Amino acid sequence: MLRYIAKRVIAAILTLLVLVTVVFFLVRLMPGEPFTSAKLTPVVAENMQKYYGFDKPLAVQYVQYLKNLLHGDFGYSMKYTNRTVNDIIAATFPFSADLGIRALVTAISFGLVFGIISALNRGNKIDFICVIIAIIGTSVPDFIMGAFLQYFFGIRWGLLPVAQYKGFSYTILPTMSLAFYTLASVSRIMRASMLEVVNQDYIKTARAKGLSSFRITTRHQIRNAIMPVITILGPTVAAVLTGTFVVESIFAIPGMGKYYVDSVSTNDYSMILGMTVFYGSFLVLCNLLVDILYGIVDPRVRIGGKAGEAP
Amino acid sequence: MTEKKLSPENFRIVGKNPEGMEKITRPNLSFWQDAWRRLRANRSAFIGLVILIIYALLAIFAPVLSRYGFSDMDADAMNALPSFAHWFGCDATGRDLWVRLWMGARVSLTIGLSAATINMCIGAILGGLCGYYGGKLDMIIMRIVDILYGIPTLIVTILVMVVIGRGIKTLIIAMCIVGWIGSCRFVRGEVYRLKEQDFVSAAQVLGVPNAVIILRHILPNIMGLMVTNLCMAIPWSIFQEAFLSYIGLGISPPNCSWGILAKEGIKMLRVAPHEVLIPAFFICTTMLALNLLGDGLRDAFDPKLRGTEV
Repeated sequence: MLRYIAKRVIAAILTLLVLVTVVFFLVRLMPGEPFTSAKLTPVVAENMQKYYGFDKPLAVQYVQYLKNLLHGDFGYSMKYTNRTVNDIIAATFPFSADLGIRALVTAISFGLVFGIISALNRGNKIDFICVIIAIIGTSVPDFIMGAFLQYFFGIRWGLLPVAQYKGFSYTILPTMSLAFYTLASVSRIMRASMLEVVNQDYIKTARAKGLSSFRITTRHQIRNAIMPVITILGPTVAAVLTGTFVVESIFAIPGMGKYYVDSVSTNDYSMILGMTVFYGSFLVLCNLLVDILYGIVDPRVRIGGKAGEAP
Repeated sequence: MTEKKLSPENFRIVGKNPEGMEKITRPNLSFWQDAWRRLRANRSAFIGLVILIIYALLAIFAPVLSRYGFSDMDADAMNALPSFAHWFGCDATGRDLWVRLWMGARVSLTIGLSAATINMCIGAILGGLCGYYGGKLDMIIMRIVDILYGIPTLIVTILVMVVIGRGIKTLIIAMCIVGWIGSCRFVRGEVYRLKEQDFVSAAQVLGVPNAVIILRHILPNIMGLMVTNLCMAIPWSIFQEAFLSYIGLGISPPNCSWGILAKEGIKMLRVAPHEVLIPAFFICTTMLALNLLGDGLRDAFDPKLRGTEV
């Protein structure tokens, strides 16, 4: 187990290093200069250039950046020149994280329940409704979902607040629009794997032993069927996180997504770098946790050798 | 009923008919014919296919046949509701939505189809090489895949878009830089599995060259899965395009795509909800059609389900 974890950790660190390097050089290739804002006087702009070390060779800048990064310092934003990237992340990330966690919890719990219910009721009306919800869910992009919810619940019926993020009632619509897609895909996967498990020999054995059907479902079926859901958790976290970009802009939530998109369109080098590295490391960390979790839950993974390899 | 007396005269020797015994009564179906037959039997998948064909035809012909241009503005028709003059109404600057919708469909469908196809091809080639030959090449490519897999796709796409500029071509390139990973992994796994099968070993023993084995024995076996995967990957590409355009990093106006239409429509949500509802409807039905078709294809190509008619 330790070897397995060590391997995953090394891979994650390597991934991060590659990410930082690629992003660093890609950002430098971007057309346009960061200090072209009319507000900056030439002297200030020149000082800024110096401060960020743009006059030095690229390799020096890169090493310097890595050093700062090791100290957890993302540098100053180039657009909001009086704020550090750390500041901005600290101020905005809690909103994104809050929204993301709410959506994730909603999606996974409801998705699992829907998947299980529809598998248990295979072929009848309840199953049909769940399947329809799942298909619709995977067909509606989250920005459209957000717009619809906003229009009907917020504007048409005036039931829930349309924008901003202050208190529970404000969180419902954004959470729903962000969670719907994931909810649908979780329930689809859960349904399929429940149906696959139901014909296995150990279920027959359990039935032959005379266990109650409730016990069979909870102890034998769900436990084994949940594996594929865990596998997609990593990509799911990524999807929810990037989904926050849009949902935040629809519901005017002061999260990281808006700053990220803005920084890309205003050539704010240090901000793009900082936020990408932040997002990236967050996701890499999530994937790492999922991998380890998978290793713990399914002993076959760590015994069977390298994860991610063909069976 | 009285019993009838049977005498030997009542019987006649028919004799053996060797040709008739060997005769195949059912027409011989190839793999593809069989899959097509089962796809047609699957109603929801077939509906999906029909919807896609209709949309594709409309995307090709509707803008040409309409009397409006996709960027013609009409100050009198701002936010006009659907009517006989403007079938789907007009947007905030008086541009006809019917034309814009199908112009957008051209862009979105082109991007979806080509990005998914290119990704599938790159992934299939690399994955196939990895799976079939293994060894060092496999190790190197799989490490690259492992590393890229950890990096959020969207972030890479955004960065690449920003570096090489906006437009349809660059969107496709940006999506292809990271999009091939999924298909590479899956093709590699499949090839790896097939390589161990007896019919491949037999071919190898008979001295069939590798290229022929790959083309004649392995490729046909994973073709069905590849088509299914392709169909599932198209919604992803369309969605990415819509997403990028929506946050303002995709296609730039006055060109339009479904993502841009949705974005522009959402701004007018309070005043003229049809401007977002109509594009949303078409985006969702396209995704729905592709998903249904993908599910249907998966079932149609699944050998386990062969012979079971729904």
